[in-house]
Amino acid sequence: MHDGRKPELALDEPWRNPQATPYISIRNVTKRFGDFVAVNDVSLNVYRQELFCLLGGSGCGKSTLLRMLAGFEEPSSGQIFIDGQDMAGIPPYSRPVNMMFQSYALFPHMSVQDNVAFGLKQDRTPLKEIRERVAAMLDLVKLSPFAKRKPHQLSGGQRQRVALARSLVKEPKLLLLDEPLGALDRKLRESTQFELMNLQDKLGVTFIVVTHDQEEAMTLASRIGVMNQGHIVQVGTPSEIYEFPVNRFVADFIGTVNMFAGRIVDEDSNYVRIAAEADGCTFFIDHGVSASPNAQLWVALRPEKINIGREAPADTRENCVQGVIDGIAYMGDVSVFNVKLASGRMVKVTRPNLIRREEDTLTWDDEVWLHWHPASGVVLTS
Amino acid sequence: MSRGSQLPLGDRLAAGPRGLTSTLAQLPPLRLLLNALARLPLSGHHAVIGLPYLWLGLFFLVPFVIVLKISFADQLIAQPPYSSLVDLATEGYISLKLNIGNYTFLGSDPLYFNAYLKSVEIAFCSALICLVIGYPMAYAMARSDPAWRGVLLMLVVLPFWTSFLLRVYAWIGLLNNNGIINNVLIGLGLIQEPIVMMRTNFAVYVGIVYSYLPFMILPLYSTLEKMDLTLLEAAEDLGCRPLKAFFTITLPLSMPGVIAGFSLVFIPALGEFVIPDLLGGTETLMIGKVLWDEFFSNRAWPIASAVAIAMLSLVVVIMAVQKMLAKHAEASQ
Repeated sequence: MHDGRKPELALDEPWRNPQATPYISIRNVTKRFGDFVAVNDVSLNVYRQELFCLLGGSGCGKSTLLRMLAGFEEPSSGQIFIDGQDMAGIPPYSRPVNMMFQSYALFPHMSVQDNVAFGLKQDRTPLKEIRERVAAMLDLVKLSPFAKRKPHQLSGGQRQRVALARSLVKEPKLLLLDEPLGALDRKLRESTQFELMNLQDKLGVTFIVVTHDQEEAMTLASRIGVMNQGHIVQVGTPSEIYEFPVNRFVADFIGTVNMFAGRIVDEDSNYVRIAAEADGCTFFIDHGVSASPNAQLWVALRPEKINIGREAPADTRENCVQGVIDGIAYMGDVSVFNVKLASGRMVKVTRPNLIRREEDTLTWDDEVWLHWHPASGVVLTS
Repeated sequence: MSRGSQLPLGDRLAAGPRGLTSTLAQLPPLRLLLNALARLPLSGHHAVIGLPYLWLGLFFLVPFVIVLKISFADQLIAQPPYSSLVDLATEGYISLKLNIGNYTFLGSDPLYFNAYLKSVEIAFCSALICLVIGYPMAYAMARSDPAWRGVLLMLVVLPFWTSFLLRVYAWIGLLNNNGIINNVLIGLGLIQEPIVMMRTNFAVYVGIVYSYLPFMILPLYSTLEKMDLTLLEAAEDLGCRPLKAFFTITLPLSMPGVIAGFSLVFIPALGEFVIPDLLGGTETLMIGKVLWDEFFSNRAWPIASAVAIAMLSLVVVIMAVQKMLAKHAEASQ
């Protein structure tokens, strides 16, 4: 699912190195609009040549944070440093930052090449150089044949590439992208995602991408910052976010998850047993948990980490539960099973369709056993 | 025409006029009307489009044809004061007499040419002044808090609730030698003698600009309000300062509004009669006033009609140019 080729430099993982100097440093930034706190005490470091994704639902403050980086909004409190320079009071037109707008914001009265040339003209770049750089950039985004067209004569995907070319032509050190792929259809998104990553490799720009689409974030990002209600809830690599969510919000926001509420019944330094009494099953987790013995806990179980079958597993005491198939969604690559437990709750299970036509395929109303590995469940305390 | 198969009355129609009339007499009048309408190639579309056409035809085209007719007539001392174009000549012939002398007369007397020129000058300058005053107003309105826009828009339109004539009269009270403005200035000791403003071109400009300003503001406001403000952010983001962004982005994108507002002021101001008559003096020679004088003072209806037709032709040419410009402005977006 997420075989995105990550930019090479990101593999160095500078965020694990305490000596590394961040390229962008957001320090305790808060933004209020009247009584509404859009961004609440956010601190974040982004490193050179990273492709950082701010991920969150609508109204979580991710766009406001991006607009503060671009200079369209001033923080109510806190500081933003770009390349060591405090950005307070610096207007957008003086920042070493370019932005690709969600609506693309192409100038409708200018041709494609004039749109791309606009930024260079502001810097009084020699005309000859403007021509060359615009031509090279249009070549890069494969729009050379459309240079003379007006934006309204282009398709959505072409407009998006014009917007990208326009924001890249000035060779900014930092490129901000606001929902860059939101308006594209699925096929185009996927190809553009890889184009973006290629460009990033080629040009060595630092990207900050705002998106509400977790799949987009997973494919693109070297790291993801999950935002909720103005806070950054978790920062990590896509696999960290997916496999080790810090709380129920992150687990639920990224991908699909089955959440079981339970209590610790038995624990040691290297294992813990959690009883989800409401659902009639016990979880054996193969690592210790630091939580008070009687506190409410949750176990998050991803649908693809659950095995489904008619036969009972060897040990039916823990890490398994019985149910009836209530619904099946065939997705081509996988099938999603909705399994109804005795308690009445639904559990989602996905299973890859390994064989084209199965003889004894699972079907509606089949009694099935669900079981999983002790390392599959994530224990969440909040 | 295959009447028989199409019309319910077909057989009877074929029976001849006597049969037809007897059949008609038997039909209820409403039915008859509906039948007649149903036979016309009419549909709902035609009816909707037809109404304004009917209106324009009755109240614009017919009067226009009458004026056009009079412009080719001879002046007579009679009732009506012009000759008819079509006469029953002898031996069953109809004679059509077109007198183009009225038009050649317009060319021979420099009064008319000067009046046209002055009208174009005053209308153009008024439209320009309206643009200079109206653009910032429309801009401020379009960028104001959305909650206030309705109120501001209403304030712009508010003067229309009072009679146009009364508002122009009110300016006499303001601009007169012993009017409010002069009295205040003398009272403040800023001037000793009243400034002569009434019966000057200045007063005409004040009157026209004041009266037609809303027609400039409204189209400008509507184009400016529609503008996508992220375009300005994009420009700034690309290194463009706000003032330059105004000239490279906002102004070109508002050109359709500029052209529309300019024409809405220029065209009616060109033929304006009331304002130059009430506020202007002898130096203000506008074509609307000339027309009025020819018509009512000299009772020279044919000349007056020729003046009107010539002005209309001028306006048509100007509108054609304006339309071309607007098309260009729109195509470039």
